[in-house]
Order: sequence, then structure tokens, then C-alpha cells
Amino acid sequence: MSDELPKILKYYRNPTLAKSITEKIDELARKIEENIAIMHVCGSHEWTITHYGIRALLPENVQVRAGPGCPVCITPAKDIDDAVKLALDGVVVMTYGDMSRSKGTKMSLQDAKALGADVRIIYGVQDAVQMARKEPNKEFVFFAVGMDTTAPATAYEILSSVPPNLSFLVSYRYTPSIQGSVMESNVLGIDAFISAGHSATITGMKPYYEYFLRTKKPVVFSGFEPLDILLSVYMLLRQIYENKPKLENEYTRAVTWEGNVKAQNAMEKVFDLEDGYVRGVAVFPKAGFRLKDEFKHVDTRERYGLKKGISTEDEYVTGARCGEVVMGLIDPPECPLYMKVCKPEDPKGAPMVSQEGTCWIWAHHKITNLVPKCKR
Amino acid sequence: MCVAYPGKIIEINGEFAKVDFGAGTIRDNILISLVNAKVGDYVLVHAGYAIQVVDEEEAKKTIEMWEEMTKELDEEQKKKDLYEAIGSGINE
Repeated sequence: MSDELPKILKYYRNPTLAKSITEKIDELARKIEENIAIMHVCGSHEWTITHYGIRALLPENVQVRAGPGCPVCITPAKDIDDAVKLALDGVVVMTYGDMSRSKGTKMSLQDAKALGADVRIIYGVQDAVQMARKEPNKEFVFFAVGMDTTAPATAYEILSSVPPNLSFLVSYRYTPSIQGSVMESNVLGIDAFISAGHSATITGMKPYYEYFLRTKKPVVFSGFEPLDILLSVYMLLRQIYENKPKLENEYTRAVTWEGNVKAQNAMEKVFDLEDGYVRGVAVFPKAGFRLKDEFKHVDTRERYGLKKGISTEDEYVTGARCGEVVMGLIDPPECPLYMKVCKPEDPKGAPMVSQEGTCWIWAHHKITNLVPKCKR
Repeated sequence: MCVAYPGKIIEINGEFAKVDFGAGTIRDNILISLVNAKVGDYVLVHAGYAIQVVDEEEAKKTIEMWEEMTKELDEEQKKKDLYEAIGSGINE
């Protein structure tokens, strides 16, 4: 972190404070006695947790698992196949770097590019609009993937003005519905949740309330610095110990109850929620975004007559356990392919492709064994 | 894609802003239409647009909360850390 950035951020990485919070966590965990499984649902949280070795700082009976929070990992193979098909048919396909490297049932957009297709990596939807404007005689498709964090900018562009040669292949997912489904599932055995902080800057805490009311499972909305995570774990354990579950906000500097209403309004004008497939896992109710009928003219699926509906067809390499990693059921080293045939330089599954994928993050930090629990 | 970085708005042109992310990284054309931001504000930027203005007061409050939690910490160290965070100011 550079000197120009707010000094305040340094404080969020202060080792003295971290030590003191871990002591408090230890104390609470001892009092609780039982094993506690906490799930987070954000690739960026997984990065912070792994990078700063937070799992090793936690007591033996407190476990943090990575949930379905990596957008590239959960994007269905069918949608990638659609993008690849268009690219091979001569349409310019634009998407984010990570997404271009994730394989569908046959190939990735990068593979299509190697075959001569025009695939362009962009930083944001504004780049897509600008590129399409610059070359009016070419057809452009923006492969729009991500969560509620990414969807509002696309909604805003669609509401502003879209050049006639640009359409949107929408594959957005809605985090509150995904986390909500996980909260309501008793199969996974998760006791408490660290909610994705940046997604919640948009949605606010409000959409989580209905799930909380039904499940009474503790939730803390967390920031992304190491101390944010430690404090969130502490807050969750405190809720459990006091037997007072609630929706609690640790990331108060960015997350509010209402969220970013301007962004929500833009999304609501452009998209409807529908059932969404989380790759390799299941169809989650109200977890996907669909362009409303009035925006059919910018819908790639309409424009090119692509088959609609959900397809769970997939072709991961035999033995790959991507879906289980995405749902936090296993740690990457439990997959027989991890770091043997599936590596960051030659990924076989989406969680090894994306920098927000659990496998990529663990591989990047050279973790080849299950993380040992440290006894202090 | 929950990745978002905080940066300071140094210039606004219509619906776009120039944002300083520190370490010499300055990006132009960050869409700010979905937040109420002014020059000098810190914004969280995700995929080319500002998703939220960072609330400085709340950032300081979080630190105060930590202060409460760590009362038993060595006073000198605590003062030093706090000075580094707040004493030198978030806005310098």
C-alpha cells in the first residue's frame, strides 16, 4: 500500500491490533466449545484470508470456508459456449481477462482467439460501448458476467445509450439469493456467514433480512482488510456465544442498510431476477439476472437466436471436483487434480482460472496441503 | 469480481472522474453517476465505475471501536498506531 493512500488503511493491517483481536477470538471460542463453521461468499475475502494466513490464526474449533463467491467459477458452461460460438462466427466478443480463460464444454474464449476469433479483453462496460462506437461496421457482444457489483454499470449504459452494433450476453448472478439459499440449506452445516462487502455496498443489507428471519443464522458484512475479517469472525462468535443472532455490519465505511439506491434503481429498470445456475452446483432461485422484454433489442440471445433457458451440461476433466470447491465442501488439495494436472498455468476448472477462485488463490500462495490448525 | 479498490477523486468531468489510486496509478474515465461524489472523496471503484463513497467518519469509528476492544494494549504502542492512522489525517 503506497504512502499516498489513506494512512487509515495501514491501521486496518496493524499487527498489534490483530494479535489482540485473535486473543479475544480465542477466548470466545473456548467458551463456545463447539465447532463453528463460518462461510464467506466472496473471492476477495478468500484472497485476504489466504494471503494473510488468517485460518492459521483461528482457534481449532473455528473454521472458515470459501463459498460460491467467484463470478468466473459460477458462470455456466452454456454461457461460455454461446460466447465462443459467436466469436467463432465472426462477432467481436468482449469480456474481462479471467472470464476469457475459463473453458465451456469445449473451449475458452482465449482458445477461440487462438483460432482467429476477435476476442477483446476490457476493464469495464464503458470500454465495450466505446469500442463498439469506434467500429460501427462490426458486430460487438459484451459477455456480461459478475455479481450485483458489476451489473449496475451495465444497466446504466443500457439506460443511457447503446450503439446499434452492440448487444449484451447477460450472465449476472445475484449474491443475496445465492447466500440466502446457502443459509437455508442445512446440508452444508454452516453456522454463520461473512457477507460479501462490496456486493452489499450495492444491494445493502436489506435483501438478506428475509433469509435471516427464516434461518436466524448470524451474518456479518465484512470489509476486505485482514483486521476486517478478524473482527467479523469475532462479531460472529460473539453473536453465537450470546445466542443473539443478527445481521451485523462490520464494513460500516461502505455498507449501509439500504445500499446504493441509485445503482439498485438502474438494475431494477433493466433486469428481472430469474432462477440462476451456479456452475457445477445447482440452480438457485432468483439468483440470475435477465434483461427485461423492453430491452430485447440489446439482448444477445434475442439478436442471434441463441437457445434460452438453463443448461447444466458441462464437461470438466474426469475427477475434477470444482463444484465441491465452489461450495466450500472440500479444500482444493482434496481434489485429485489440484496442482497435479490442474495448475494456474494450465487450469482445468474455473476455480483455478480466476484470481477469485479458491484453487487459484491457494495455488498462488503455494498451499499444497490442507491448512493445519495452529495451536498457540 | 467483488474486487474494488479505494481511490481519491481528483477531477470531475460530467459523469466521469479522474481517480488517484496511489503509487502513481491514476485512472481517467471512472463513471461516477451511480454515487454522489465530489472532488476529494474516496470512492470504491469496481470494473471502471464507483460503487460507493467511503464514509470517512465510519472508517474512524471502526478504529475507535477497535480502540475500545484493545484497551489493555500497551499505551505507547496504541498511541503510536492511532497517531499514524488519524493524527496524520485521512485527507493529507
